[in-house]
Amino acid sequence: MTVYDAETAIAHLNQKEDLSLRYYAAWWLGKCRVRDQAAISALLNALEDEADRSPDGGYPLRRNAARALGKLGDRQAVSRLIENLSCSDYYVREACAQALEELGDSQAIPYLRELLAGGVEAAQQVPGKPHLVQPYEAIIEALGTLGASQAQAEIEPFLAHSVEKVQLATARALYQLTGEDEYGQRLMSGLQAEKLPLRRSALMDLGATDYFPAADAIAQTPAENSLKLIALKGILENYLPNEKQELSKEAVHLLELMDSLL
Amino acid sequence: MSKSLIQAVENASSSEALVKAVWALSNSQSEEAIPTLIKVLGFNNPGAAVAAVEGLVKLGDVAVPTLIAQLDGYDYGARAWAIRALSRIANPEALEILLDAAANDFSLSVRRAAAKGLGELRWEKLSPEAREEAQQKALETLMTVAKDEEWIVRYAAIVGLEALAKTVFATEIQAYLQQRKQAEPDLTARSRIRLAVGANGDSN
Repeated sequence: MTVYDAETAIAHLNQKEDLSLRYYAAWWLGKCRVRDQAAISALLNALEDEADRSPDGGYPLRRNAARALGKLGDRQAVSRLIENLSCSDYYVREACAQALEELGDSQAIPYLRELLAGGVEAAQQVPGKPHLVQPYEAIIEALGTLGASQAQAEIEPFLAHSVEKVQLATARALYQLTGEDEYGQRLMSGLQAEKLPLRRSALMDLGATDYFPAADAIAQTPAENSLKLIALKGILENYLPNEKQELSKEAVHLLELMDSLL
Repeated sequence: MSKSLIQAVENASSSEALVKAVWALSNSQSEEAIPTLIKVLGFNNPGAAVAAVEGLVKLGDVAVPTLIAQLDGYDYGARAWAIRALSRIANPEALEILLDAAANDFSLSVRRAAAKGLGELRWEKLSPEAREEAQQKALETLMTVAKDEEWIVRYAAIVGLEALAKTVFATEIQAYLQQRKQAEPDLTARSRIRLAVGANGDSN
């Protein structure tokens, strides 16, 4: 039996005959963080793929390629990911917004803002699809992480969007952009949501911030310990001012909460 | 009395009703509740599982044989909760299971729960000879697990080592953690080492 390795994955991604091998290879390269130039080039090519189409016209290979490029942290991918923000496939746009957030390149800001055009009024469900016209959650989260303070006024109205996950994403971005307590409170109230998926979202959103006042509520919310640990880790790492300094009282409290969730 | 409480768990019609029923059964502190509480660990309902673990931990040593016998080899979610209960009860009868779980289980939530538990067993329940051997095994396993591929498992091993050092091997563990502090790639795990070694200042 041959071992599946980076070389195999790159070869699979570069061939054109077997689409399922390409799809798997793109995912695998991201998962295993293969950062060779050959891997990056193969993934960038895959972002232009026209061969692999889903029944509804989507581009499955492009989605996986975008996700992988986000994980690999190579900024060569930025311009190609930006181009695909206007891809006809919603899930490609979503994967690109998430990848651009991970790559942390502020060049993406104006293109992400364009996708908010029309504001909340335009942000409707696509008839017959399980998603809105744009991947607002991913777009707004990316703008928050990229520090797009110039977009604050466009983001703010989405606090009142009818989809609760979009509201949480908005609170998260506004907290990242302003550091204001009201947005941290809004995220924290998401931990009280009745539905588990929403509490999970709130946990992930809090983990993207340094909102220490939520720490005890995170430890107590009814959800998987694994997610609570990731959220507390996120807050701790955003909170630790400087590793050379003594651990603050707050940092020690976060660690103690994490101990209790093991 | 506990019959009707068990019935209430079996018949719960919503997630909320289940959580309530499990808390009631847990609070009854009845030995008859043990098999039902263990069954709840496999319901994939974190709220109910927390309630069941609390009940099992309060029952303590009497729950250990059933927890060990019923350990679910197929459902890693249930196994993680059971290992967590065994870790907190801290009866050293669970030593072999915790050693194996910490080092070999494919699920990181099982490995981390076991690693924490390994440091906190009630060693005094063992005879002096058995104790020495058991502590040595716990130390060796925790030192290996402190190099696990997952940060949270390494983190749990640090917590385990810190607890073990309060009973035994204080000098070895201190030296080992100092060395891990240099090698540990994860910021959170590294912070936990700093807390454990008390080098909360600038000593290296």
